Amino acid sequence: MSKPKFKNPVVNWIDYRLPIFTFMNHELNEYPTPKNLNYFWNFGSLAGITLVIMIVTGIVLSMNYTAHIDYAFDSVERIMRDVNHGWLLRYIHMNGASFFFIVVYIHIFRGLYYGSYKAPREILWILGVLILLLMMATAFMGYVLPWGQMSFWGATVITNLFSAIPLIGESIVTWLWGGFSVDNPTLNRFFSLHFVLPFVIVGVVILHLVALHRFGSNNPIGIDVKGKQDTIPFHPYYTIKDLFGLSVFATIFAAAVFFFPNFMGHPDNYIPANPMVTPAHIVPEWYFLPFYAILRAIPDKLGGVLFMFGAIMVLFVLPWLDKSSVRSSQFRPLYKLFFWFLVIDCIALGYLGAMPAEGIYVVLSRLATAYYFFHFLIILPLLPKIESTRPLPVSISTPIITASSNASTVMAMREKK
Amino acid sequence: MTNKNTPDDKNKRDFLQVSTYVLGAVGAASFVWPLINQMNPAADTLALASTEVDLEQLEEGQAITVTWRGKPVFIRHRTKEEIASAKDQLLDGLRDPQTDDERVQNEKYIVLVGVCTHLGCVPLGQKSGDVKGEYGGWFCPCHGSHYDHSGRIRKGPAPTNLEIPQYSFLSDTLIKIG
Repeated sequence: MSKPKFKNPVVNWIDYRLPIFTFMNHELNEYPTPKNLNYFWNFGSLAGITLVIMIVTGIVLSMNYTAHIDYAFDSVERIMRDVNHGWLLRYIHMNGASFFFIVVYIHIFRGLYYGSYKAPREILWILGVLILLLMMATAFMGYVLPWGQMSFWGATVITNLFSAIPLIGESIVTWLWGGFSVDNPTLNRFFSLHFVLPFVIVGVVILHLVALHRFGSNNPIGIDVKGKQDTIPFHPYYTIKDLFGLSVFATIFAAAVFFFPNFMGHPDNYIPANPMVTPAHIVPEWYFLPFYAILRAIPDKLGGVLFMFGAIMVLFVLPWLDKSSVRSSQFRPLYKLFFWFLVIDCIALGYLGAMPAEGIYVVLSRLATAYYFFHFLIILPLLPKIESTRPLPVSISTPIITASSNASTVMAMREKK
Repeated sequence: MTNKNTPDDKNKRDFLQVSTYVLGAVGAASFVWPLINQMNPAADTLALASTEVDLEQLEEGQAITVTWRGKPVFIRHRTKEEIASAKDQLLDGLRDPQTDDERVQNEKYIVLVGVCTHLGCVPLGQKSGDVKGEYGGWFCPCHGSHYDHSGRIRKGPAPTNLEIPQYSFLSDTLIKIG
């Protein structure tokens, strides 16, 4: 090492042998980030922080939880009543799951709006979809652990999805259950997997970050960084922006935990599981509702399951379905319109998933399901053929400087370069 | 000073920075405390913290062991000789000097937490056939601590006398521990 990088000699000594400080300095401090990121770029770091909150509260909850059908419900009630601050920890964990999905869904729609999945960020996107799948599995198994009525019947319904697989379906379901119904072996394995999957998610998140830092963040106008003038160092500019976003998020999160902790849950889950009686109206947690609506929209068992999983699978191939070379919706007037149609469609599916599967709701669910796949499989591949995109700015700096008062002179200076 | 604003601005910035750090630290600590405190005894554990024992059937020379907060509590109905030997013991040379009167409420019954003060083993001496050590009280087999009829440490590595739990006599023969 010719010239020491850090002021602290101990840090230098360690860094020479284990370049952890160089790495952190490179990826978290001087990491060049597009200077035009808006607040939608906060949601990646928010998702990471929420993951940490979930793991930390989950570990302490597991110290007080008993994974046995005779004790699980009571042990959760004991956490609520007797364990010091147990109510707080459980409400943080329970609402944290909902907030995790809120943050991640916004993060995903941000990616859709600004074309963040396009080359060269396809693997970054695919890893993100993989994280979503892992999150869904983890959230589902976590919901089973309190062993209330919704836990039990949610577990029954979701595991029964696999019985739709021809020939081997029944054997797979028996294997998942470890018996002939959802019972103690099921609860035990779900607890084990619910504990370990978040650490798998951490692993994929690290890969997600490695892929992100390869080309850096996309940005609201979706064109590549052309040089140093287009970026600012991550610290302090985006650390402070992320921190501000975090404090707003934490305020809303705390409001939910303290003032309406059961708003996003189901009262039926405070009734102990009863394998003899199914609740009258059984619905999954809100974050699964759009997929649940798709499942129910298809009048065929196997078809419903395939379309439900297809709704996620289609995201994996999204980078190849959308053939437009322009990333950001700001320059794609038609895509922007269809993006908002998709948002409305997803919200509609979520609403329909919560409604009973009868009458007009079935018809609307089928229309909304059809439109979901129509968007990805028909509109996106065809759109570049008919859409005339707006002209892209020369660089990230250009539109910012044009907007300033002395635009013309600066523009002239920049053109000379 | 020609430029009055500069040091003022610096003071403002310092104030903002310090108050941000302090509030951040308070916030972090208030989140960390529940994570730590959940490992302390829960309300239902604390609620189980007392035990009642009827001593009517306990004859002179006999001892019983009861469970209190998951630990053994030794109760021995001492003989006259044992009481006398405990009372006559001079405090000189005791590692943890205490008179027998300080250690009993009713001199017939000695009540002790049956956990050796060395490293937490349960001493022998409750059953009639047990080794009672050189002083006739209790003997810890783990590392060889000898206790006398008052449960005082006399020989071996234990630093203090056997602990006396909180207890009270509800009647002559009914005792409530905890």
